[in-house]
Amino acid sequence: MTIKLKIDGREVTVEDGRDLLSIALEQGVDVPHFCWHAALGSVGACRMCAVKVAPGEGTPGKVEMACMTPASDGMVVDTTDAEAARFRAQVIEWLMLNHPHDCAVCEEGGACHLQDMVVATGHHDRRARGPKRTHRNQNLGPLLTHEMNRCIGCWRCLRFYRDHAGGRDFNAFGAHDRLYFGRAGDGPLDSPFAGNLAEVCPTGVFTDKAWSGVYARPWDLSATPAICTGCSAGCNVTLNERGGTLRRVLNRYHGAINGFFLCDRGRWSPWSVDGPGRLTGAVTLPRVAGAVGLGSPRASLESNWALRRLVGPGRFFAGVSDRETALTARMAALLKASPVPSLTEMAAADAILVLGEDLTATAPRAALALRQAVRGAERDLACKKGVALWLDDAVRVAGEGRRSPLALVTALPDALDDIASFAIRRAPHDMAAFAAAILAALQGRPADAEASAIAQALSTARAPLIIAGAGLGLAGPVEAAASLATALGPKARLALFPAEAGSFGLSLLAPAGGIEAALAELERNPGPLVVLENDLFRRADPALVERLFAKATQVIALDHLATETTTAAALAVPVAAPAEAAGTWVNHEGRAQRSFAFRPADPQAPTAWRVLAALAGETPEPGLDALLEALVADLPALAAVRDGAPGVDHGPVPRAHPRQSARTAGNHPDRATRTDPDSPLSWTMEGDRAPEPALATWTDRPGLHSVSAEYAAQQWIGGPLKGGDPGVNVLHAAADAPALADPPPGAGLLGLPLHSPFAAHEADAASPPLAARAPAARVTLHPADAARLGLTAGALLVIDGRPAPAPLSLDPDLPAGHIGLSGLRALRPVILGGAP
Amino acid sequence: MTTDLPLTGRARPDRVPHSLPEWRALGGYQAVERALALTPLQVLDTVDAAALNGRGGAGFPAARKWRFMPAAADAVSPGPNYLIVNGDEMEPGAFKDRFLLEALPHQLIEGTIIAGFATHATEAIVLIRDDYRAAIAGLTRAIAEAEAAGLLGDNILNTGYSLHIRVHPSAGRYIVGEETALIAALEGGRAMPRKRPPFPAQSGLWGRPTTVNNVETISHVPHILAHGAQWFRALSRTEEGGTKLYGLSGRVNRPGLIEAPMGTTARELIDRAGGVSGNGRLLCFQPGGGATGFLGPEALDVPMDFGHVAKAGSMLGTGTLIVLDETACPVEVTARHMAYYARESCGWCVPCREGLPWAARILHALEEGTARREDLQALHDIAREASPRGRSFCDLMGGAMGPLASLLSRFGDLVDDHLHGGCPRRRAP
Amino acid sequence: MTLPADLETRIRHLVAHEGGPRAAMLETLRSVQAAEGWVSDERLAQVAAVLGVTPAELDGVASFYSLIFRRPVGRTVILLCDGASCGLNGADAIRDAIRDRLGIGYGQTTPDGRFTLINSACVGGCDRAPAAVVGPDRTLVGPLTPALLEELIGGAP
Ligand SMILES: Cc1cc2nc3c(=O)[nH]c(=O)nc-3n(C[C@H](O)[C@H](O)[C@H](O)COP(=O)(O)O)c2cc1C
Ligand code: SF4
Ligand code: FES
Repeated sequence: MTIKLKIDGREVTVEDGRDLLSIALEQGVDVPHFCWHAALGSVGACRMCAVKVAPGEGTPGKVEMACMTPASDGMVVDTTDAEAARFRAQVIEWLMLNHPHDCAVCEEGGACHLQDMVVATGHHDRRARGPKRTHRNQNLGPLLTHEMNRCIGCWRCLRFYRDHAGGRDFNAFGAHDRLYFGRAGDGPLDSPFAGNLAEVCPTGVFTDKAWSGVYARPWDLSATPAICTGCSAGCNVTLNERGGTLRRVLNRYHGAINGFFLCDRGRWSPWSVDGPGRLTGAVTLPRVAGAVGLGSPRASLESNWALRRLVGPGRFFAGVSDRETALTARMAALLKASPVPSLTEMAAADAILVLGEDLTATAPRAALALRQAVRGAERDLACKKGVALWLDDAVRVAGEGRRSPLALVTALPDALDDIASFAIRRAPHDMAAFAAAILAALQGRPADAEASAIAQALSTARAPLIIAGAGLGLAGPVEAAASLATALGPKARLALFPAEAGSFGLSLLAPAGGIEAALAELERNPGPLVVLENDLFRRADPALVERLFAKATQVIALDHLATETTTAAALAVPVAAPAEAAGTWVNHEGRAQRSFAFRPADPQAPTAWRVLAALAGETPEPGLDALLEALVADLPALAAVRDGAPGVDHGPVPRAHPRQSARTAGNHPDRATRTDPDSPLSWTMEGDRAPEPALATWTDRPGLHSVSAEYAAQQWIGGPLKGGDPGVNVLHAAADAPALADPPPGAGLLGLPLHSPFAAHEADAASPPLAARAPAARVTLHPADAARLGLTAGALLVIDGRPAPAPLSLDPDLPAGHIGLSGLRALRPVILGGAP
Repeated sequence: MTTDLPLTGRARPDRVPHSLPEWRALGGYQAVERALALTPLQVLDTVDAAALNGRGGAGFPAARKWRFMPAAADAVSPGPNYLIVNGDEMEPGAFKDRFLLEALPHQLIEGTIIAGFATHATEAIVLIRDDYRAAIAGLTRAIAEAEAAGLLGDNILNTGYSLHIRVHPSAGRYIVGEETALIAALEGGRAMPRKRPPFPAQSGLWGRPTTVNNVETISHVPHILAHGAQWFRALSRTEEGGTKLYGLSGRVNRPGLIEAPMGTTARELIDRAGGVSGNGRLLCFQPGGGATGFLGPEALDVPMDFGHVAKAGSMLGTGTLIVLDETACPVEVTARHMAYYARESCGWCVPCREGLPWAARILHALEEGTARREDLQALHDIAREASPRGRSFCDLMGGAMGPLASLLSRFGDLVDDHLHGGCPRRRAP
Repeated sequence: MTLPADLETRIRHLVAHEGGPRAAMLETLRSVQAAEGWVSDERLAQVAAVLGVTPAELDGVASFYSLIFRRPVGRTVILLCDGASCGLNGADAIRDAIRDRLGIGYGQTTPDGRFTLINSACVGGCDRAPAAVVGPDRTLVGPLTPALLEELIGGAP
């Protein structure tokens, strides 16, 4: 049902049951606000959004908080009313009683929601005398700074951190005007989503520590739309640059994927670009012929394709194990069969089964989506009680703590256990059997109580969701997930998360196999080996990699990072990091999204696809558009990738902000190019901002300079971007792939990957902020296994002939027969040596 | 027992609570028997007819609130209904619930059973401020006695109705008395008020249908059931039923509690309290605790019920008067109130969290003689901007504006005098 | 100092009877305080662990309420009313008398650890103004006079 109301004289028609504030904002009427947040709803704490509301034309109005007032038919809303404006001005004066006048030294200055609101209400004289309240700040770890004196008590931080992201080590302390938001004591924030505090805080209490370290004014930063390469979710980010260095990574709203929030890995892993781990040095490129190529799950589609072109399809392999290669291809093939849920759709599922995946570590943003999904039952009950869904706190109470069913079948205690209705532990190889029991129950056959209960929850759900992934490297859970989704029928959705950001892109290029196959090929037809952006030692059994290298006549490794692989290679060629290169990334949905270089190419480290062309003796393509033409000509099924973003001739679109404090500020003297051969984006402030969201650089508008105004670019609040959410689906290009079975576990010890949200890939380890945040590596055994093997905690083991990354610890939660290992790619037998 | 002092008439002068046999000898629990023989709706209608307004401060008709409580069959989701008895009593100037809790615990239990029955409650919780240790101990003892006698707990008096009562001490905060904050406190958390609607009857404790009533409100209930609605209404001098447990403190000769017909005038009450102390001449009074605006001698003959006091420009609130004689300074009294309310703000919303401490600071400066004229302007602005309902999240700040706004309008000249060297009454010999 | 066994038993009992660890947080804090006078950081962390909540969650509650003491207090806590009715009847004089006699103001504890003075309003003793609530049993005393104060101080542990 729709209703009609008037806002500032303009008639608007909206869905019934909404709050006045979000309606006004959607209509472009920027009512001041603090505590309201598009993703966190209305709570009515700041009292900033006062407007005059009359129930009808000609009836007397009253000052009401827009965010707490349901719109009704015939309502007349005046946001400019003098009484309302006077109250808003009073609220700002109250807020500024204790807020320090430290804008000049505050990171947030210039892109601060509080500044915007102070200006909007016209507050400029301080009447209050006497000292301001002061607090002691906390050291919140390597990622965020804490400056509590700037707090205006809007409660957004707590509502995000606890209510939205489920973090429990952060709280509000004290009362009245001695409120304090922080931890019980110093220490890094537990949640892998803590970084969002820097964006949800409307002032400068929480700011990005990495940014602070290389601070530049927000208006002096250039902005480049990019895709996070931290996992296969494909979140959208904005990379801020000045003077040729990365200064900050921000969430870039995408209505179907990340919405308003990123994970910390996404926010800080790009910092590897300016970290100490860069591969540098001038090299003379040889001509390469007859080579075998190993593509990479952390390289763009374009770079992988350029390698494929260099070596030929028959000599093009994936730089992961044969099993992972086949598994990834199988996942893509399975997903091709049905619509794949976006993260936003996953957040709307009402019964969820996760099979084997440590989602919080392997695709963190998806885990955050599940945290919202389980609130569905609470929302339903609140709805029945007539509670409006935008009243976030009220919904939490009215929902009586109900949760939509979430079943986690994992090998280890899971970060989502706190919201799971079923937290089920199974050894990796037993998961498929458990899933089979659920399937049996679905088909009306007898099954154990837990499996039956899960089957019941899934079958009665309106929108059930089954999730699996490559986190264990096993086919069993993936195949089982697909069978369950099929059994549940068309209402069910299947989400499969491949190992990395580039996994599906690589797979769509149909590599002829993985590392084992590449070794076999080299044995048949020796030649040089070209390794693209990949530390093979992290992706496969080191012994296998050593054998492979031994077989190659020469190893040429391209990377932006110095790794064990580049060290072992005869020739290590520095290339651009993902953040420095234009390219396409195909996420778990099969959505191809374009990412752009945040700074002009360093001639010493060109984009990998240019280097690969040079290795082939070709003249490198002038730009990405030409490369994509060649790619599409080669693989017509991938034609849609061209539509991932507009081509160069759509430019210039300025990366530099129109407010740059000097007209040349966006340029850096050492680099000649102002234009980008691979995108319509320029590093100047010339040109017009693009209407296409894929090229969106800044979302601010007059009077609104902070990320709190992100809503302005959305079709409706929390909905798709104006112009459509970026990305095109290319999953149809996946080849069919046969069902896979896992080899039997065997009698020896099985290495079980211990994933971490802060340390997934080598780029994370090369990012100084993330490396500082990452937990220590772990090597763990079940105490009984340790006893059987005569090992005690602290033992220094040798695993597969290499020293273990950490002393042994004992963990009763580990399934018997397994050894938990940080940094392990997939479950596989390992050989244990005693203490050296 | 028909008496014109139903609420306090049976209390012992030493405030020692009655044992159960003593209480029953005084007619105790007959009202419960009578009520449980009726249907919940009949009980509700009786209380409705008695025009019992809530005594916690807002004066909302008790029965009207009860009617929102769904019976199990009508509930949106299965689960308990709760009745909460509010004995937080931290309003400055209020000390009436302490008496009812300490001296008459069985009366409260009776009322709780009857109100619980009418609201389909399966569990009742009496929240008592932690400082009222004697009340906590006495009520706990009385509950155990009643349970042992089959008057409380499972299957009360074999009627099939079951109600368990728990006593919950508050850990100390004025805002705990606000009904939604109280619910948050009972859930073990920070006592932060919650948005209404949804009202507690819809979504209260743990999201379940919940009624919150004041100790005095509940203590009246047994008498209504025992003697009928008409009798109860007849106790009053106005349209609002019953007697009221008034209190007098501040500058009166015999401070204390007075049960009197609803609508008794301040003049009578002050007389019964031995008259104004100090210089003996009334300057002004707050009719119902700290959060009610000052009234002057012209209001001495206003019937003290919710409606009339509101019409006179203040609020009946808790009905506990704070009396000021001509040598007392209303600026000082308001400064004390404001310091208290500022300290007791929960911190949720900006006007209260930031506005009250500022107001308190200015009032203190006025007293000390360090205030400037622009401070006074700010004080006026705070009162003007925060007084209308709905400006702050809950009614704490709105209540706090009662004394401030009336101070500024009623005693403008006296406040101005404070700009020249502080409080003139303190300066005076 | 490890958590005394009886306290742990009491906490487990509370969790079972208050409807879960969250609901038991306040009562748990009160139990700790009843046993030890205040709630130290160390106890807070231990108790949180028994409850299965984080120290941040428990302290968020503890720090909200004014009668959960997060700093050590004297053996006898005097909650002196500074509200209006008591103020109108000489509460400030009592405050000054305590300062003269014990050397402490609001929020302070005597060096010998005997007394802590806290301002509190209102204590529900307006008819006995100026009033205070004193000691572990929160006894209401008033109207306070210098003589009564002296008696009180003498009789306190
Ligand atoms: C700040 C604040 C404090 C309150 N304190 C109390 C209190 O201590 N006792 C009480 O009964 N009601 C108090 N109330 C009123 C309650 O919110 C609620 O209206 C009352 O308990 C309902 O009972 P009644 O309908 O029987 O009056 C307070 C309200 C506010 C806004
Ligand atoms: S008015 Fe606001 S800050 Fe004050 S007590 Fe109510 S909710 Fe808390
Ligand atoms: S945005 Fe409406 S009260 Fe804060």
